[in-house]
Amino acid sequence: MIETPLILLDGLFFAASIYLMLSRHIIRILIGVALLGNAVNLLLFVAGRVTREIPPVITSDVLPATAANPLPQALILTAIVISFSFFAFLMVLGYRAWQTLKTDDTTGMRFAEPADEPAPPEGY
Amino acid sequence: MAAPAALDLTRVFVADPAPEAWLVILPVVLCITMGAALAAIRKRIHLHAPLAIATLALLAIIDAALLYRVSTDGPMTMVMGRWLPPFGIAFTVDVLGALLALTAALVALAGAIFALSDIDTNRRRYGFYPFLLFLMAGVSGAFLTGDIFNLYVWFEVLLISSFGLIVLGGEREQIDGAMKYGLLNLVATTLFLIAVGYLYAIFGTLNMADIASKVGHQSSTLPLMTLAVLFFAAFGMKAAAFPVNFWLPASYHTPRITVSALFAGLLTKVGVYAMFRVLVMLMPGALETLAPLVGIVAILTMLAGSVGAIAQSDLRRTLGYWVIAGIGVMLSGLAIGGIQALAASVFYMMHSMVVMTALYFLVGLMAMRSGSFDLKSAGGLWKSSPLLSAIGLCLILSVAGLPPFSGFWPKAMLVGAALEKSHWWLAAAILTSGFLITFAGGRIFLLAFWRAASVEIKPARLPVMSVVALAVLTTASVAAGLWPEPLAVLAKSAAHGLYAPETYIRSVFTEPRP
Repeated sequence: MIETPLILLDGLFFAASIYLMLSRHIIRILIGVALLGNAVNLLLFVAGRVTREIPPVITSDVLPATAANPLPQALILTAIVISFSFFAFLMVLGYRAWQTLKTDDTTGMRFAEPADEPAPPEGY
Repeated sequence: MAAPAALDLTRVFVADPAPEAWLVILPVVLCITMGAALAAIRKRIHLHAPLAIATLALLAIIDAALLYRVSTDGPMTMVMGRWLPPFGIAFTVDVLGALLALTAALVALAGAIFALSDIDTNRRRYGFYPFLLFLMAGVSGAFLTGDIFNLYVWFEVLLISSFGLIVLGGEREQIDGAMKYGLLNLVATTLFLIAVGYLYAIFGTLNMADIASKVGHQSSTLPLMTLAVLFFAAFGMKAAAFPVNFWLPASYHTPRITVSALFAGLLTKVGVYAMFRVLVMLMPGALETLAPLVGIVAILTMLAGSVGAIAQSDLRRTLGYWVIAGIGVMLSGLAIGGIQALAASVFYMMHSMVVMTALYFLVGLMAMRSGSFDLKSAGGLWKSSPLLSAIGLCLILSVAGLPPFSGFWPKAMLVGAALEKSHWWLAAAILTSGFLITFAGGRIFLLAFWRAASVEIKPARLPVMSVVALAVLTTASVAAGLWPEPLAVLAKSAAHGLYAPETYIRSVFTEPRP
């Protein structure tokens, strides 16, 4: 069966994406996010059975038991569109961040929350 | 679904939707249509504000009508494409959804009015008002949908609009904040999608009513706990619950004050709402086991929010931490369980939507007067604008949960419910966080309003419409504090609808379920 290797591949996707997202650099985090989206899509795809040559079309009265479930594929289609567009947005934002902030390193990105912020006043 | 013996097509299609069923999808349709229309007339920028305000006023009226219908006649359902559920996608409105959608519409209307002076023409040209309407489409859709995958999609709609809003202007802080906001929220929605996939694998359906009716007689071997924890993690991240709350104070203070106010009022609450809907209505058994964990998260969220606020000198960042503290209070209702506690949480959610938005408006006007968001340089506001100071006092007392303002009643209900179930630690945490918020709020009042101005700043004239928007929200909060009874009754009926979803299920499936 094709499922087992696909599941193993999916596990690898998840592991790699989490590893990349733990990085300090925006570009690696972004690649990790993209990989995570693909890992989830593959997860949904495999959960909906992977079979060949049995279309999920009701011919007589019942759907053949070995047919793949079409709904997860419809869900993936939506999820791909969404995660792809978000990834595109974040890529542009990351590029802009690199242009404006002159850094790609998240530890250096302390513009919204400066590291050496003074404490609020204690009295008049 | 098990394969049916024969497909009877009359049982799959609905004949004609009832005319009033259109009310259910009208909020979303209206927002998307008008948002697209505004984007199309981007060259006539002066038309944006009046059209958007009119649209949001209409949205509030529609939501009010929806709430009236739902609270008198029970939940309403509209199915898409005339396919009967569970095949068709259903929009189902119950009291909880309608109540929150109405509050959200009012908050957005106030935001659109406040934006008249806060958002300049340049930022309007980049599409502030279309983004606001798309955001409202996402928020309304999330509150009104009856399908889990649809909930995911509406989450994404509001997320992409909020991305647009948060980078409006493109300052350095904004890009830094948006990067963290975007990445963390994207990971949270991906987690949500994983949970949706497993949910479909377990139940074979994504319709909430269908799941709620199936969950009653499921076998205990199903991996429901895994699923519940996944959902809790995903929505907890959205709602900025304790271990995953750091993205909120890092990003919420960076955009324009109107945008911060709308985010504080709307976005985290959608996460809490989704948590209530999924954990209470769909997985009550798993929630019972999960309740201690939810309680710990709630306590830590409350304390992290209220302690974090004390350490801030920037007024906007103090408010960001208060948003987090409020999320903790809402989660504690989930941890206590029972209709009383959940009703208190729903009440608190409405209070928080209104008061947090108003507080951001207040801080915006304060900064307009004194020239800075920093507590160190603020001062003398009591003398220069007494009205603003009075409003500020009301709002600070309200967010701290002191009587007679709107924050008091839900907190009193929550503490009562917690003591009744002998969760004294939750009651203690709610009171402690209320005390710490009073402390931070008292300091703001002392330094910014009462203290004499250290340097002579020529105060700017406050824009009238912005003050009106702030005053209306404050009046709503005070009114809810003085007459809490109608809201408490509505919140109780909303909580009842979550605990006993029979009428919800019956509204989706007119025939009794096997």
